[in-house]
Formats: sequence, structure tokens, C-alpha cells
Amino acid sequence: MSLSMAARPMAPRAAFGQIVRNEARLAWRQPAGLIVGIGISVGLLVIFGEVSVFQQSSARLGGLSAFDVYIPILIAFAIAIIAFTYLPGPLVSYREQGILRRLSTTPVPASWVLAAQLVVQACLMLISVLVLLIVSIVFFGVNTPKSPGGLILAVVLSIAALFAIGLAIAAVARTPGAARGIMAAVLYPLLFFSGLYYPVQLLPGVLQDISHYTPLGAAVQAIQISMNVGFPPVTPLLVLVAYALVFGFVAKRFFRWE
Amino acid sequence: MRVQMMTSTREPTPAAGRPAVEIAHLRKTYGALVAADDISFSVAEGEIFGILGPNGAGKTTTVECAVGLRSPEAGTIRLMGLDPQADRDQVHEIVGVQLQASAFPAKLRVGEIIEEFRSFYRHPADVTNLVEALGLAEKRRDYYRSLSGGQRQRLSVALALIGDPKIAVLDEMTTGLDPQARRDAWMLIESIRGRGVTIVLVTHFMEEAERLCDRVALIDHGRLVALDTPAHLAARARGGKSVRFLPSAPFDDRLLAGLPEVTRVEHEGQHVVVTGTGELVTTVIITLHAAGVEARDVQLDASSLEDAFVRLTGTHPEGEQS
Repeated sequence: MSLSMAARPMAPRAAFGQIVRNEARLAWRQPAGLIVGIGISVGLLVIFGEVSVFQQSSARLGGLSAFDVYIPILIAFAIAIIAFTYLPGPLVSYREQGILRRLSTTPVPASWVLAAQLVVQACLMLISVLVLLIVSIVFFGVNTPKSPGGLILAVVLSIAALFAIGLAIAAVARTPGAARGIMAAVLYPLLFFSGLYYPVQLLPGVLQDISHYTPLGAAVQAIQISMNVGFPPVTPLLVLVAYALVFGFVAKRFFRWE
Repeated sequence: MRVQMMTSTREPTPAAGRPAVEIAHLRKTYGALVAADDISFSVAEGEIFGILGPNGAGKTTTVECAVGLRSPEAGTIRLMGLDPQADRDQVHEIVGVQLQASAFPAKLRVGEIIEEFRSFYRHPADVTNLVEALGLAEKRRDYYRSLSGGQRQRLSVALALIGDPKIAVLDEMTTGLDPQARRDAWMLIESIRGRGVTIVLVTHFMEEAERLCDRVALIDHGRLVALDTPAHLAARARGGKSVRFLPSAPFDDRLLAGLPEVTRVEHEGQHVVVTGTGELVTTVIITLHAAGVEARDVQLDASSLEDAFVRLTGTHPEGEQS
């Protein structure tokens, strides 16, 4: 089947809005993504915030409290969990059910559904990030970000990198079950290197270096520095860009429409 | 199949101007399997054209190449003069497709799916009429997952027609419908054709092809084995039709065997069966009458499209009771 990713000028623009609307309805009616993405990360935030030991600053964590360290991790976690548990599922099942094939017989390219998914899920991610920031600032006295611009850039690049990885998985997985399997196998090691289970700062040097070159490790690093220090250094940003480009290419190259 | 009279013997609509669909020397293989081998036919504008054949004969492959879902290895395809590969934008605007086994997201409502597909076209059909004609008006608020098989099928047909296409390609349109819904779908197809839409119908229901199609292409093992009106195909299947009657008095077989229309005269108990072509019934009755013999209990024994199918492909059409 020869389908082009290029947008065709024939299809009415309003069609994209209609697709986004329906994808948003589906996200609302099957709220696994909302619950997992926003619920779990906000839940963890509240738990950590209530545990007083997390509030004490620690020299081992570079003068930050465990809570300060965890907020960027939870932000990266919220993005990753949506990209991984929610993005590939609909796309793989649309392919399996022949929806992408059916669309490719209409004036609208099947890639519009994919783009609509990205729009809806990017919105979910941004809502999660905003909720996390607002709750931590308003209720737990966390300082406002030192570099809001850096934070926005770090979040956007993190979303791009994790989307690319999620799409690459959707591209190669044949069934929704296979997609979930690959997802879990990739997500948990990435979460380890993000510091969700154990602070990266306390890991041995080699593991810390590895962490900085994993997508979530780089995301956490860039977000953490934006929040507590200032504009993030170039290395974690470039790591995120590299993941976005490489996996974006893999996804485009191997995505099967049927 | 024994019928009293063949009622509908429609002639193909004469091709005025260019054909709506032109397929010439289409070839498509999947590895060692030749799914379509030198298939050629053309469909006139406003015609209802049937594609028949056993499972795996290459019907769906032919249709998928025709609508641009697959690119042929050899041969040319033109839809209203357009190439489905090179001119895919225009082709998608004028061709409505109903694919076999396509589903939609379980938690979208019927009305939402219809609105989405309607937005894809610059000149969509009137949704209210379409939804009414397909009996989906009461289902607009229902989730896709709550629809029955027949309702899903009707939604799929509605979506094929929502762009107000010039050509509608329907793959197994009435599979899964109950007999009443199938007849409703046939009436819908005839009314769509009445508006000048060309219809390509993939089916394995012989009754559907006989009832609806102006012409049918019979495909087997990737090859086009026959292309004619259903009535002609059926007639060809037995080398003619036969008439069965009870003579009022004995007569010499040579009286009928000598007629140019008659190929065979047989006896079945008291009945006589005469096989032949042309105006067989009239000729036989007039000849007998002239000889003072009356033909009583006359039954025209016409072979059906199903006979043609069986004879030409060596298989029975599945899903049909014989």
C-alpha cells in the first residue's frame, strides 16, 4: 500500500478539527490516559508532599529537598506515562480494525488521525504538567521556576522525544497487546533512570552518566535545572532533540497503515 | 432452479461517452499467489456492475486496486478518466468505498462518526436523507459498539455514500444483513443508481447479483472467466433453457427435434422436456398446436446465475442454499 504522509490540499481543513474533536471525545470516554497520567502523578505528589522527611533539604541532594527533586521527576513521569500507555494503543487498534485503511480511501490522509492523536495527548500532557506545578507551588510552597522559558522548552522537547518513542513502538508493534508489552519493557527501565525509584544523585557515577543520556534522565535534568537553577545546559536538550529525531525517523520509516 | 418466468432481463446500459470504470490487463501478485491475472473490464456510467467469484478468487484485490488502496503491478485503471494512484486526490473525492471488515471506535456515537466522515468531503450528500434511507435515524445517539452487525454494515454503506460519490464501490455490502435489511439495501442501491451513480458491487449472493446487476464479471483464480448480463450468463450455463410440459396426446419427437430452436427432446415419465434457445416456448407450443397436440402444465426451466457460477468455477457460492 502506498500512502503518503504529505497533507493533501483537497481535504477540507474543518475535517482535522472534526477528527480532533472525536479523538478528544474518545480520550474523555476511555479516561485511562487521564487517570493514569494526571491521577497517579498528582497522587504521588500529594503523598510525597505530606511526608515530612521529603521536605527536609539534604546535602546529598545538593541542598534540595527530596520533594524538590521529585517534582521534575513527576513531570517527566506524567509525560512518559501518557506517551507510553496511551499513544500507541489507539493507533495500533485503528490499524488492526482497518480504520486507517478506510480513511485512506477518503480525501483525508490517514496521517491526520495520527496528528489528531498527538494534539489530544499533548493537551493531556500539558494539563498534567500544569496541575503538578500549580499544586506543588500553591499547596506545598515550592518556588516558582527559576527559568520559565527553559522549563517550557524542556517540557516541549520532552514531549517530542517521548512521542517519537511511543510512535516508533506503535509503528513496529503488530497488535495492541504487543504494543503494551514493548511499552512496559521500555518504560520501567526509563523510569529507573529518571530517578523515580531512587534519586539519580545517589546512584553510582556510571549509572548517573547513563541516566543523563536516557530520554527521561535528560528530561528530568533539564526540568530540574530550569526549576531550581536557571536556563538548562545544552546537553540534556540536545539528548532530547536526538531522541525526537531518531525515533521520529524510525516511526515514519516503519509505520504500517494496515 | 425452476422459475415460472424470468422477469428481469435488463440489457447493459449503453456506454454513453467514456466509461465510469476502465480496467485493462490488471495484474497483482502476493509472492507466488497471482491474485489478479490480466483482468479487463469497463463499467458504464450509471451501471450496477457485479463482481462475483469464489472466496480468494481475486475480487477484493481487483476492487482494492481499483480504488487505489493497492497499486497494480501491471495494467491500467481509470475511474472517470482518473488514475487512482496518480490522481488520488480527485479519485477519493468522487469514489465512495465500503470495505469488507472495517470497524470504527467502539465509543464513538453513530452521529459523530457520520459528522466526521461528512467533513472530509467538499460536497457531501444530505446526511438526513442518507441516514433515513439506511434506517439509522434512531441510532444517531448510540455508541458504535452497541450496534448490531446489520446496523454496522448499514453505517458502513452510509459512509461510502456520504461524499455523494459518482462511483460507489461496495464490497460484500449485504453480508450479515437479515433478508429484510438486504432487500432494503437493494432498494437503496437502485435509488442511488437512479441518481446516476455508478455502482460496483462485490458479492457472493447470486440472488443479489441477479436482482441488481446489469452485468456481472465472474472472477476465478485471479482471472476473468465470464462477463455478461446475469440472464445471458445463466442461459449460457446450460447451453440454453428448457421447457417441460404434459402433452395432450402422444406425438413424434422428430416434430420438435427438427426445429432450429430445439437442441434436445427428452421424456420424463408422462412429461416431455425440450431444451433449446431463442423463442423456444412459443415455437414449441405453436408447432404442437399445429399438429393438434396441446401442451399442458408448461414450466419454463431456466438455469440460474448460480448454475453459471458452478459450471464456470467448479465451486458453489458459499452462503447460498442450493
